Amino acid sequence: MEFDFQTFKVQGIKVNYYFVCKRKLWLYDKGISMENESDAVLEGKLIHENSYPKAKTREIMIDDLLKVDIIEGDYIKDVKKSSKMRRSDTMQIAYYLFYLKQLGVMKKGTINYVRERKIEKIELTEDLENEIKNALLEINKILDSKKPPRREKLPYCKKCAYYLFCYVEELDNET
Amino acid sequence: MKHNYYIFKSGRLKRKDNTVFLETIDEERKYLPIESIDSLHLFGEIDLNTKLLNYLNSYGIIINFYNYYGYYSGSYYPRKQQVSGYLLVNQVQHYLNKEERLFLAKQFIISGVFHMVRNLRHYENTKEYIETINRELSDIDEVPVIPALMGIEGRIRNVYYSAFNSILKHGFLLNKREKRPPNDPVNVLISFGNSILYSTVLGEIYKTQLDPTVSYLHEPSTRRFSLSLDLSEIFKPLIIDSLIFYTINNKILNLEDFDSKEEICLLSEEGKKKFIKEYEKKLSTTVKHRKLKRSVSYRSFIKLECYKLIKHLIDDELYKPLKAWW
Repeated sequence: MEFDFQTFKVQGIKVNYYFVCKRKLWLYDKGISMENESDAVLEGKLIHENSYPKAKTREIMIDDLLKVDIIEGDYIKDVKKSSKMRRSDTMQIAYYLFYLKQLGVMKKGTINYVRERKIEKIELTEDLENEIKNALLEINKILDSKKPPRREKLPYCKKCAYYLFCYVEELDNET
Repeated sequence: MKHNYYIFKSGRLKRKDNTVFLETIDEERKYLPIESIDSLHLFGEIDLNTKLLNYLNSYGIIINFYNYYGYYSGSYYPRKQQVSGYLLVNQVQHYLNKEERLFLAKQFIISGVFHMVRNLRHYENTKEYIETINRELSDIDEVPVIPALMGIEGRIRNVYYSAFNSILKHGFLLNKREKRPPNDPVNVLISFGNSILYSTVLGEIYKTQLDPTVSYLHEPSTRRFSLSLDLSEIFKPLIIDSLIFYTINNKILNLEDFDSKEEICLLSEEGKKKFIKEYEKKLSTTVKHRKLKRSVSYRSFIKLECYKLIKHLIDDELYKPLKAWW
């Protein structure tokens, strides 16, 4: 079956969230976001704004869907706070590369973990492409769902902006 | 740490460079750093302009206005940064569906009454009141419509208020709950306390994607953010009433803090300040949450209640109201 990219394309952050937490992806999509409540998010925003001040192309919007931090030569660069979420960051960049490829633009990517002074290179392989296609199908399925996916206990839940939201619960009082 | 600022003086509030500046009529000058403001509560006569409003708007800061008597008169509610059409549709749907609406309305009352009884348990000579309240409450499952629910709630509240006289010391008495205008000190405290709680709850709702105008126990109305009234039912006995007992019985407030003028009783400025000081202390008091395993302040408990409500509305988890366990 031919993969119909136009039907399945989503914002880059959703690809990222898909690999972080499917529940977060659903909630974010419905506008139920906690981002402005979190200090970690604010910190990330400041790092973004203050990194690579000399880069000429910053925060490039593509198709109103993707926001690429920096484009320079053959590379697109994405600035991240820490490498703890390496997999989801990688998939987000791979998605950008895949997206650009659909537009006929071939690029390579880097993730710049500025605080750790680490740069990760990413090239779009066939495997990655297939992973992205699968993810896009799954993402669209999740977003169509009436209910959010059930909470899943992940090692980074406690650091998530949604932690209180997901885990608040009333226990029955002992009588 | 963000603060609520309560301004009793009269004067002018303005933006000065990148901060909020208060200049009072007796020429006191004070800077309120914008990052430190959670909300503003204006009790005095304050002039302000659109430059300030636009500035506060970009930080999502609510201003609450109170009238001469200290009662809530309205809020400047900045445009919401975070909205969810999806949630709003669900919020409305739960209002339109009679069963769903009744379910939520009952939960607010069950929690409110639980906290009333919890208050009474702290004191001797309240056993009979508790029994009467529990008898009334046992009918709640059968209630078919909102007005009948309101009826039960009204009867419980009467019993609850009549127990106040067994609790309050130092010559304070509550004869009958009188709202407009309150004519004795205890009535004044209830009205004043409920006013500031209402604006606190509104502030917490504002931080979420809930729409404050769509409510379940109270009829959504044009004059009030009625969801704030709904959620206040839970927290009035938990926060305000226990504070009234505390401030009166520990002589933090005395009869001298009240002035009676032509049938109208007023809490003096000094009295308001004392009460608000204790209120803020209470809001920032923390309890170790037995599920979250984190310390949670009373203020955060209000936000958590909003979260649970959202989860219910998006069909994630059935709403179970707070029942203070500590």
